[in-house]
Amino acid sequence: MKAIKYGVASLALAATLGAWPALAAPTEIQFWHAMGGGVTGEKVVEYAEKFNASQDAFKVVPVYKGNYTETLTAAVAAFRAKQQPHIVQVFEVGTASMMAAEGAVYPVHQLMAEHGGSFDPDQYLDAVKSYYTTTDGKMLSMPFNSSTPVMFYNKDAFAKAGIAEPPKTWAELAEASRKIMAVKAEGQPTCGFTTGWQSWVQLETFGALHDAAFATKDNGFGGFDTELAFDAPPFTKHIADMKEWQKDRTFVYGGRRGDPNPLFLTGECAMLMNSSAYYGAVKDGAKFAWGIAPLPYDDSVIDQPKNSIIGGATLWVLQGHDGKEYEGVAEFLKFLSTDDVQLDWHKATGYVPITHGAYEAAKAEGFYDKTPGADVAILQLTRGEPGPNSKGLRLGNFTQIRDIINEELEAVWSDKKSADQALSDAASRGNDLLRKFEKTH
Amino acid sequence: MQKRVTFPSSPLPYLLVLPQVVVTLVFFIWPAGQALHQSLLREDAFGLSTEFVGLENFEDLFSSGEYLEVFGNTVVFSVATTALSMGFALLLAVMADRVVKGGSAYKTLLIWPYAVAPAIAGVLMWFLFNPSLGVAPWLLRGVGVTWNHYTNGGQAMALVVIAAAWKQISYNFLFFLAGLQAIPRSLIEAAAIDGAGPAKRFWTVVFPLLSPTTFFLLVVNVVYAFFETFGIIHATTEGGPAGATEILVYKVYKDGFVGLDLGGSAAQSVVLMAIVIALTVVQFRYIERKVQY
Amino acid sequence: MVENRPVLTLVSHLILLLGLATVALPLWVAFVASTLPQDAMVAGTIPLLPGDAFLANWGEAVARGLAKAGGVPVGMMLVNSLVMALGIALGKIVISILSAYAVVYFRFPFRMPIFWLIFVTLMLPVEVRILPTFKVVADLGMLDSYAGLTIPLIASATATFLFRQAFLTIPDELLEAARMDGAGPLKFFRDILLPLSWTNIAALFVILFIYGWNQYLWPLIVTTDESYYTIVMGIQRMVTVSDEEPRWGIVMATACLAMLPPVAVVVAMQRLFVKGLVDAEK
Repeated sequence: MKAIKYGVASLALAATLGAWPALAAPTEIQFWHAMGGGVTGEKVVEYAEKFNASQDAFKVVPVYKGNYTETLTAAVAAFRAKQQPHIVQVFEVGTASMMAAEGAVYPVHQLMAEHGGSFDPDQYLDAVKSYYTTTDGKMLSMPFNSSTPVMFYNKDAFAKAGIAEPPKTWAELAEASRKIMAVKAEGQPTCGFTTGWQSWVQLETFGALHDAAFATKDNGFGGFDTELAFDAPPFTKHIADMKEWQKDRTFVYGGRRGDPNPLFLTGECAMLMNSSAYYGAVKDGAKFAWGIAPLPYDDSVIDQPKNSIIGGATLWVLQGHDGKEYEGVAEFLKFLSTDDVQLDWHKATGYVPITHGAYEAAKAEGFYDKTPGADVAILQLTRGEPGPNSKGLRLGNFTQIRDIINEELEAVWSDKKSADQALSDAASRGNDLLRKFEKTH
Repeated sequence: MQKRVTFPSSPLPYLLVLPQVVVTLVFFIWPAGQALHQSLLREDAFGLSTEFVGLENFEDLFSSGEYLEVFGNTVVFSVATTALSMGFALLLAVMADRVVKGGSAYKTLLIWPYAVAPAIAGVLMWFLFNPSLGVAPWLLRGVGVTWNHYTNGGQAMALVVIAAAWKQISYNFLFFLAGLQAIPRSLIEAAAIDGAGPAKRFWTVVFPLLSPTTFFLLVVNVVYAFFETFGIIHATTEGGPAGATEILVYKVYKDGFVGLDLGGSAAQSVVLMAIVIALTVVQFRYIERKVQY
Repeated sequence: MVENRPVLTLVSHLILLLGLATVALPLWVAFVASTLPQDAMVAGTIPLLPGDAFLANWGEAVARGLAKAGGVPVGMMLVNSLVMALGIALGKIVISILSAYAVVYFRFPFRMPIFWLIFVTLMLPVEVRILPTFKVVADLGMLDSYAGLTIPLIASATATFLFRQAFLTIPDELLEAARMDGAGPLKFFRDILLPLSWTNIAALFVILFIYGWNQYLWPLIVTTDESYYTIVMGIQRMVTVSDEEPRWGIVMATACLAMLPPVAVVVAMQRLFVKGLVDAEK
């Protein structure tokens, strides 16, 4: 054992001596992320390695810290113990909490101004940029992985029912579901649609598409004294409709996040509304012809739906490190936003290209001709100009609020509450958390 | 509480308890004290702003109907888990005690689940009971039951109970079997000569003699259900649907670790600690009495 | 056997087999899942017979593990799990047997406060006090170390409790005889108490080894250096991928692999395991 240790030590020494011209070991940059053992995790490591190989002043160390909540909590705990990483990946619902933690976070616009040199926030798509900037257009965190809800549909099942086009409106969707379920055949779906991430897809994005406020004060962008506003039409009508649709299996609830995906992949449900990031999962799992369509909208509420909002995560920089290290952080963040990296990321994962450049490059090389449907997400994100109700959401304690919404909606699906009752309960419980957040900050 | 005969006082006992006392103070009492302190504060996640709010966190907790519901869930969950895993284990142990051939083979195979990590057990159960992928819903469909624990709170509770009980069957089985084997054969034979059938013998002779084992397992199982099942719930239902499977320990984890509501979660920890201390005292009282016999 | 009733014996075997099937089903499903290709796992009821991807999945799990994702090879994670499980089991046994000895066999000032100080920690799981405990560990500079992984989890009184129960059942005459022979406290401990406690030690070793091996949240939060990752963490890492489907075949192969060491410990020590605990209890 001892011999081995000495061996390692002398090797390390030799390596240091070999790197003599650089004089010192590269400055380490801790990057805590939530990308697990799949493609996304592999890619994150690959980018870090590429960056490390491209220069020798800095060494980025990517560390997987569990899922989004575990990563955020680990970073918070580490900050309290003064052991925080330089960069931490935080999901979009954590935005308000991070933003409010002045003194803990180092806003990206400030980092770039002080350590990064040239940096142009306008290279990002509007729907991405708007979610993560202050009301006066300053970028707080670095966009990295963004997705948006889309609708996957079973083309075979549609064809058997004689439907050529995926439904555009909710009325068409209900109609199509009935037609599909009416066809009795082996393998034909017995359910119309299911949805994952119900709060994000059926309330938050629903509000954005229909230009309806999810919360007052421009969905929270206008200040901490925001209040939830989804306990009113069109939200209440939509949830009531879904409850009604449950009766004849036009809608089947299959759990949170990606849990309902098997309902679609086994052919039980004809449509799945979920994050565009599941593109790869659907490609690997579906044994039938399938396609991607924009989310349906209610044409009695709005004639032309607005842009959808994003999900996913951004990279936040934490305070408490020295200037030299922040130079490396700035370099690395700029590296991650280059068109090359973003194009590769978009093509490998199901995340949307977040820069105009990457999107143009994907178009130019014919990516969307080869993989039809891969551009639905970005087209849906970029239609029109983001308005106050479709810029995104900025709510404190949003992780817990989403959890409350999950609980209350589940009470609707399990026939314990009416849609009106559940949404008003969710709003009042959520408002308590918003007031608590307001008092804390 | 102590031996009648002891060694005389000297520095030695202090040295002997020192390691444990140090570890307990540093890694238990100190953090617990911080939790107690935190339960009186309202703090943002990063610890940048702190405000003393007295008992407000506790008031919030007990004024919400939710917390009482969680208490109720915890009781239902613990009782059901304990009953299921002990009942099933006792049945198997009695059978294994009866058979001469293959007894140890059964024993060896039945103790496997004990070694499975709760986090992994949860994933296995997720698979087994997934409404569209799982084997269990498929079997249930055969007998006309539609399984969807995502919308049916009762089924979700059944799922977490089964998952939690499954992990504990091995442990209970081993203890019941050892208890059964310790019962003198002569007692059972005497009952048999008196003309008592197997069922009667079990209830009049065997079961009463098993009561110390049963009581011990009762305590172990309740403690297990209360405090060690968080991993299973996390990996299967996450407390849903609509909070139907949310139990006390899971709520502490969810509010503190996921929601980063440190004050509220610390208040819950304090409540839990109070419960734990009460349970410990009760347990000691009983066991002390038993030892004096 | 009190009497010979072939029918009843047959029924007993049937019930046992049925019980065995029920208990083994989840494990069997795990094994089957580890032999299936990815598309078989998400497209319909999972079959009950093994598929043809055994070599592919197990090969990937063993040979590459998470190396591709910047993770650690499975072998290294197994070693870390082993160090953690052994550290917790042995550490806890040592400090517990010493303190139980002191509490039972000595009368000294502050004995009762110390007794209660230790025993209030009996049941509170680490998940419930995880954030303050993390802060303590960080303040002591114990992040990313085997000490940080193990020592905080040693702070619980379960083992002390069991040793105490066991010592209370040892006849007082033994101590009287030892003292008459002029044996001091240390000699008594080494020559008499320790040999009498082997089965208890073995039983506790099993329980604590499994407890340590199965930890998830604690190692996740105190390690950032991949060379300290444990196997259960590694499995969770493969399961909780963000926004994609886990690769179930490989996950299950790794899960099966991770189950083997604790299963081996339980099976190998089952006789001592029960004996040690039952004796302590009676």
